[in-house]
Amino acid sequence: MKATGNFDKVRNLDPKSVLSAHTIEHIEHWRAKFPPERKRSALLQALWAAQEQNHGHLTDELIAAVAGYLELPPVWAYEVASFYSMYETTPVGRNNVAVCTNISCWLNGAEDIVRHCENKLGIRLGESTADGRIYLKREEECLAACACAPMMVVNGHYHEKLTPLAVDEILDGLK
Amino acid sequence: MSAQPSNSTAPDLVNIEVDGTPMQVPKGSMIIHATDKARVAVPRFCYHEKLPIAANCRMCLVDVEKAPKPVPACATPVMEGMKIRTRSERALNSQRNVMEFLLINHPLDCPVCDQGGECELQDVAMGYGRSVSRFVERKRVVADEDIGPLIATDMTRCIHCTRCVRFMGEIAGTSELGGIGRGEATEIGTYIGKSIESELGGNIIDVCPVGALTNKPFRFKARAWELIARESIGYHDALGSNLFLHTRRGEVLRVVPRACEAVNENWLSDRDRYSHQGLYAEDRATQPMIRGADGELKPVSWDEAIRFVADGLTRVQTAHGGDQIAALVAPMASSEEGFLLAEILRGLGSRNLDHRLRVVDAGDRSGGATFELPLAEIEKASAILLLGSNPRLDQPLLGHRVRKAWKHGASVDAINPIAFDFHFDTQAARIVEPWRMLDEAAALAKAAAERTGASVAGAIAPLLAAATVEDAHREMARRLHEAGSAVLIFGDFAVQHPAASTLRALARFIAQCTASAFNEVASGANGVGLARVGVLPGAGGFGAAQILAQPRKALLVHHAGSQDTLRSKSYDEARSGAEFHVYLGAYACSGVRRTAHAVLPLGLAPEIDGTYLNVDGRVQTIAAGAKLPGEARPGWRVLRALGAALGLPGFEFTELGELRERIAPRLAGAVAEAGQIGTFARPAAGGLSRVATVAVYRSDAVVRRAAALQATPLASTACVALNPADFTTLGLDAGGNARVSDGSCTAELPVRADTRVPAGAAWIELGHSETAALAPNGARLTVTRV
Repeated sequence: MKATGNFDKVRNLDPKSVLSAHTIEHIEHWRAKFPPERKRSALLQALWAAQEQNHGHLTDELIAAVAGYLELPPVWAYEVASFYSMYETTPVGRNNVAVCTNISCWLNGAEDIVRHCENKLGIRLGESTADGRIYLKREEECLAACACAPMMVVNGHYHEKLTPLAVDEILDGLK
Repeated sequence: MSAQPSNSTAPDLVNIEVDGTPMQVPKGSMIIHATDKARVAVPRFCYHEKLPIAANCRMCLVDVEKAPKPVPACATPVMEGMKIRTRSERALNSQRNVMEFLLINHPLDCPVCDQGGECELQDVAMGYGRSVSRFVERKRVVADEDIGPLIATDMTRCIHCTRCVRFMGEIAGTSELGGIGRGEATEIGTYIGKSIESELGGNIIDVCPVGALTNKPFRFKARAWELIARESIGYHDALGSNLFLHTRRGEVLRVVPRACEAVNENWLSDRDRYSHQGLYAEDRATQPMIRGADGELKPVSWDEAIRFVADGLTRVQTAHGGDQIAALVAPMASSEEGFLLAEILRGLGSRNLDHRLRVVDAGDRSGGATFELPLAEIEKASAILLLGSNPRLDQPLLGHRVRKAWKHGASVDAINPIAFDFHFDTQAARIVEPWRMLDEAAALAKAAAERTGASVAGAIAPLLAAATVEDAHREMARRLHEAGSAVLIFGDFAVQHPAASTLRALARFIAQCTASAFNEVASGANGVGLARVGVLPGAGGFGAAQILAQPRKALLVHHAGSQDTLRSKSYDEARSGAEFHVYLGAYACSGVRRTAHAVLPLGLAPEIDGTYLNVDGRVQTIAAGAKLPGEARPGWRVLRALGAALGLPGFEFTELGELRERIAPRLAGAVAEAGQIGTFARPAAGGLSRVATVAVYRSDAVVRRAAALQATPLASTACVALNPADFTTLGLDAGGNARVSDGSCTAELPVRADTRVPAGAAWIELGHSETAALAPNGARLTVTRV
């Protein structure tokens, strides 16, 4: 990955002007769950809240603001944000659609579901629709719903035993 | 007395066996500690004795009897009866396989890699790897990042040992690097794209086991096997960090640390590492020069120059008396040079000489103080008080020791004129303008006296009587007093404080009451040595501040530049107005060319034999490591010749050994402090008091000429920083300029609001030509909008 080059934008940033009151409330809720010297553990939820605030993806400003708010070195937050697949560090559509393609779903036709989504939306896995409505997440791994394969997760909600018809209904219902 | 243990092992030791050799090692230590101690070679990349254990390279796998699989030696604690085999077939197989994985993505660009020839990966691959690669797929390529002017990156070569990440996090304390991404896509970088800002950042070059991080100014200059390593020491702070000069045909191409637990451990500050560029500055003096009758400087032979200087000094002495001769010596001068210069001045009947060029108040005639708690012990202290000290930038490896103490749980308190950016937390930081620092110190002294019932006498008594003690002071006193080992660090700003002698008396009183060690940081690289050999004003003689205030007819300057003094403008007036001005030093800069009657080019510390004393009084004698430029000579030879030309006694020797025998007893004995306190006058209310700290990369003439250091984010430009409240009250414009006046001189400087600056202070750093005219620390300044 090439460095983003946004250092000057984030160096003197005021976390409270970047994070919404709701996000801060969420961070405080999670910070309270850990001993003060382990507040680093609250990073996961804090970044998640910041991503929600920004409708589905993180910017360098948001990541730096989260680190600044928790008084942690910013690079710790960058490490976490770039490590986990739940965080998007590039702009994506506001509805996150993740079709599981791991072994159980794959054996039960996940590839057809993916192809159906791609054809319907006119985008490939890993892309977002031009109107910014839907993001098809690249290569989602097992989400522990094998009994009801194939499945997908839309904005954190599980949809199981998928058929192309069911997928149509779900995708059409997204705002 | 029953149930005696059957073996004679001490309770904190365990018995293990390494490759068949039985040994006893401390409980809880790792296998690699035992093998290293037994000098059994175990290959490793991520393990580093000074860094936290990561165990992510897996190169140090060894075979332990009864263990189901090979274990990493760096992260496996020893256990009673453990039998370790480092060369069994299983161990060797594991090592060879790990090596193969590490080389999968490593480019085969050794011929163009700066690390070639001194590369841990090359060495270990040679010793433990296969001779051919079985990998035919594509190798990974990583985009490089620009992390500043000091460190070159080739991140494709990185093997993810994370030593640099751990160094920046644990030692430098800035956490500027991280492992970005995951799995095979992991890359080491800053993510955001920034320069490394730490004052210790250069050390990641040394800890990097491959060619991913290399020395940028050294890049493509030479191969490791062309270089000769010469032992030397750093000369930009009072620690005297041990280092190697890597030279080729006498030219210093780079500098690396030389391990010394008592001083710098394995580290080196960037200032000591990169200052060698300054040795080869364009204005380096390479020819003796004298000013002819036409007023022009012209190159002459050494004989002629020495004759000219001896004649000039004799002429001033005869016409005006020896009292009209003065000498200013930069604290980086060697003890040998200092001694000879002091002898020359004494021979000429002058008592006016000093090495404390930035000291405003030398009323107690102090100098050459050494640490009561040795440098290496500071990390074990449990309470630290910083008084006018920014150890992180002034003596970066002293800062590192304080950080270590803090990490071990020590409390750190500070009474400072600026809320400096530390890499440790302070419990109570009293940040006040310079004059109020006296009140703060007095309040703390009073709290300490109340605590211990100590009686107060002498000049500080009125200050204590007037002081208002707050709970914060009582808490600070309690922390120092209750600590098992407490230390008070009297730093550069305190030494350069306008009422330094009073502040010192207060600090000594606090240390005495709370049973803390009093650690005063000596000025410059050899302040201790110079004070001991007599580079201090004699009884009734002038110190640096007085020499600048009341210039003498003849002025000898040894290695000092105008930015090295407390007020450059006064220094410039003193040398311009002198009837006879001799510059003995390394740089014939424009000021020297304009004012000097004679220029005698001398070698700098890496180029001469010299003896230096650090903050602990540790005597470090180094040999010349680099070639002298042109006609430049070691200072001791020039001064010997000058003394002989003046016909002074004691200058008949020809060998350095004879001189060293003479100064050895002087270097062994501490300088007695006169103890009396200088008077000071607090300026009237109104205006702002100047805080004049020394900018980190403007500290001496060599550092100021090191181009790479000047390009770092730490290298500041001249400006005036004010507390946001003062900034608003004065109606200043953000991003604009302000006119700063001390009553007699004005300067126009960029102005900024800075929350680190206390109310009533104006922070203007020393070492910039733009601020040269302004009065020193504590002076009343008025700041107005332009």
